[in-house]
Amino acid sequence: MGAPARFTFWLKSLQAVALAVAVCFSLGAGSDTGSRYNKLNHRLMCTCGCAEILGECNHVGCPNSSGELDELRAGITGGKSDQEILNSFVGKYGAIVLAAPTTQGFDLVAWIAPFAVFAAALLGTILLVRRWTANTSPDQALASDPATDAFKEQIRRETDSGNDGGF
Amino acid sequence: MASFGSFALIIALILAAYNLVAGALALRLIATGQPSPISPERLADTARRAGIAVFIAVTAAAFALIWSVFTNDFSITYILEHSNRALPGPYKFSALWSGQEGSLLLWAWLLGAYGFVLRLTHKRDVKLYAYAGAILAGIQVFFLAVLNFAAPPFALLRGTPPADGNGLNPLLQYPEMVIHPPMLYLGYVGFSVPFAFALGALMMRYPGEKWIKITRIWTMVTWLFLTCGIFLGMHWAYAVLGWGGYWGWDPVENASFMPWLTGTAFLHSVMMQEKKGMMKSWNVWLIFTTFLLTMLGTLLTRAGLVSSVHAFAQSSIGTWFIIFMGIVLAVCIFTYILQRDHLKGEHQIESLVSRESSFLFNNLVLLAACFVILWGTLFPILSEYVVGNKVTVGAPWYNTVAIPIGLFLLFLTGVGPLLPWRSTSMKSVKRNFVLPVIALWATVIVCFAVGVNPWKGGAFDQGNFYALVAFSMSAAVMTAICSEFLRGAGVIARQSGRNHFAAMVLLVRRNTRRYGGYYIHIGVVIVVIGLAGSAFNRNVESEMALHDKINIGPYTLECVGASQDSNANYNSDFAMLDVYKDGKKQFQMTPEKRVYLASEQPQTMVAIHSTPAWDLYVVYEGTNPDTQQPIIKAFLNPLVGWIWAGVALMAFGTIIALFPSITPATASLRVPAARTAPAEPALGGGD
Repeated sequence: MGAPARFTFWLKSLQAVALAVAVCFSLGAGSDTGSRYNKLNHRLMCTCGCAEILGECNHVGCPNSSGELDELRAGITGGKSDQEILNSFVGKYGAIVLAAPTTQGFDLVAWIAPFAVFAAALLGTILLVRRWTANTSPDQALASDPATDAFKEQIRRETDSGNDGGF
Repeated sequence: MASFGSFALIIALILAAYNLVAGALALRLIATGQPSPISPERLADTARRAGIAVFIAVTAAAFALIWSVFTNDFSITYILEHSNRALPGPYKFSALWSGQEGSLLLWAWLLGAYGFVLRLTHKRDVKLYAYAGAILAGIQVFFLAVLNFAAPPFALLRGTPPADGNGLNPLLQYPEMVIHPPMLYLGYVGFSVPFAFALGALMMRYPGEKWIKITRIWTMVTWLFLTCGIFLGMHWAYAVLGWGGYWGWDPVENASFMPWLTGTAFLHSVMMQEKKGMMKSWNVWLIFTTFLLTMLGTLLTRAGLVSSVHAFAQSSIGTWFIIFMGIVLAVCIFTYILQRDHLKGEHQIESLVSRESSFLFNNLVLLAACFVILWGTLFPILSEYVVGNKVTVGAPWYNTVAIPIGLFLLFLTGVGPLLPWRSTSMKSVKRNFVLPVIALWATVIVCFAVGVNPWKGGAFDQGNFYALVAFSMSAAVMTAICSEFLRGAGVIARQSGRNHFAAMVLLVRRNTRRYGGYYIHIGVVIVVIGLAGSAFNRNVESEMALHDKINIGPYTLECVGASQDSNANYNSDFAMLDVYKDGKKQFQMTPEKRVYLASEQPQTMVAIHSTPAWDLYVVYEGTNPDTQQPIIKAFLNPLVGWIWAGVALMAFGTIIALFPSITPATASLRVPAARTAPAEPALGGGD
């Protein structure tokens, strides 16, 4: 198979995959009207001190969770939006009732910091590796100082008694 | 017995202090060559023997506490608060770690046990072991000082002791709680040993990488214990807490997960140092960080800094831990600055796409995950400090932030081992990655076909999206690892005439470390598949009168009765539910709710029926006070069993990796001379 034929083969394969994915995207479409209550009770905490998500608090005789769940149901049936319901909970119990920080004010730092640190570390690592690879040819890296390398290898041999294979 | 235990702890502290001071002095005398009235070698040996005696003294103290539990000695405050007469025998052992003082004693005892083994095997490298022994003694001094002065387990009750104790926390009265905490502690405490070796090797400017080879087994065993401890904790949470999940991102759970992440990073990056003499500073700091994180975890558990489902009560020993961590950090920084020129790398990375850089990225992602968890755990404190407003950082935040990082790590799990050392050619990429990529896209298509659609109903479903990515990535990684196995086994089979199974066994035995690592990776993939199943959890809750039915998934649950039982330890209410599938009765489940008499605390006993496809998980939530009918909550949790199976495979892989490899020459003895296999099959990834 020549280069153009190979290119056509891969292009067609790619198209087939894309078509299959597109078909699958349309499968199983439907709506779940009962999910709003579940979603919201998983965005709130039980305030009894058990440190559990409201929807998952199952203490026998928990003094708070059933009341909170009733308030949530009332909010939904009363036609309030999700944000209005959450705001009413925060107004009553404080910000600690939310299961995750909001995206406003200092809370936003909670969301940004992990991604910022990860991105910075990733970028830093890529730049570091690129600098290493640009400054050091493979031959130099392997045999920059044969005498030192041989000496280090000798130390390793002399201090090494085990066989680890090498993963 | 209380006096005996207290005396044993004081003796242990004195011996540990002697071990530290005499050991450090002897090493100083050896290093400087100063004349001294006693031979430094003899002084070092007395220090070592004192270290061995510490273990005996702490064992005596632990025995005294256990004896006091079994003899119901309620004159000891700790026994009064954590045991009672009706407590079953196995749980009396649990009393040792059910409270702060006892768990610190367990910590000290395990540290003593690790130190005992270390000091007995000192002939492997007398000087390095002397350094490590002295550092370990320093850690022992801290814990024994806390036990003697801040949290004494043998403190006596003032006045006449009551006839019976307050009982053990009901959450701990579950079989796994007899093994989960010791397992976790073995992991936590065990990281003290590689830490001591790393710091000791740095202090003495130890030549070569032998210290890493010595600590490898310690680190792997410790990592295995921590892994098993974490997953036993997950299983306990799943079976006892009754909320249908196994991981709630609770600060105490996070505290155990953070050193696991840095320990895992260390286990990967030490390979770079062993094979290439690279990342020396990095490795030293990884093990320092891991040790400090075990201390931070203990601090979080005990100081009441963050609210947790299972943190111990707030106490003053947090200050002790903060001071100790400060001292340890200062010693680490000082030693590093003094000796950093000794840690200069011998080689540099030659290509962005190579085994070396994959290790680097693997480390980066593991540390990023650790940072995310630390950030989430400490953010409520930070928020309260900065804006005076304590916020909750719960599961929704972790699921959004940590899962993408976890999936990237899964990607590296598959890609890393397929890349050769130094650099990668396009030919190598094609050879190693075509099958995994095909598996990935095939899985995407199958997932969509069976309804795993993140855009179902027009709205984006985060859970479904993560599940789709996790399943497809898992398929790719699994294909990559399996093809590595098959390729290697195929070469051996062709050259030695063995069948494929025998060839695969030989392949593993020839390089236990590499293929043990692959088993661990397969285990991780299986765990990820199990975790991804949680996106499809379903539950239904209902009050059930006699013969009422609820449907969940393919099952129909019919209430056929509710009853009560009692014994000397607890009263229980339970429901009897017949489970039908396709109209046929399959089995009966009896979820239970207990109320423990001594503590008057309730406890859920979940009924779980596991299959490879899902768990049917039924909780007796209580009784409706108006109707006196049981309230039942049933969950259908897909693929949970895969998590436990994956962990078992991870443990198996670790054990394989702990065994030494056989040399090809040994292996060839069993092969006909004319068909002897070469030293190592030509594998794509190289090693």
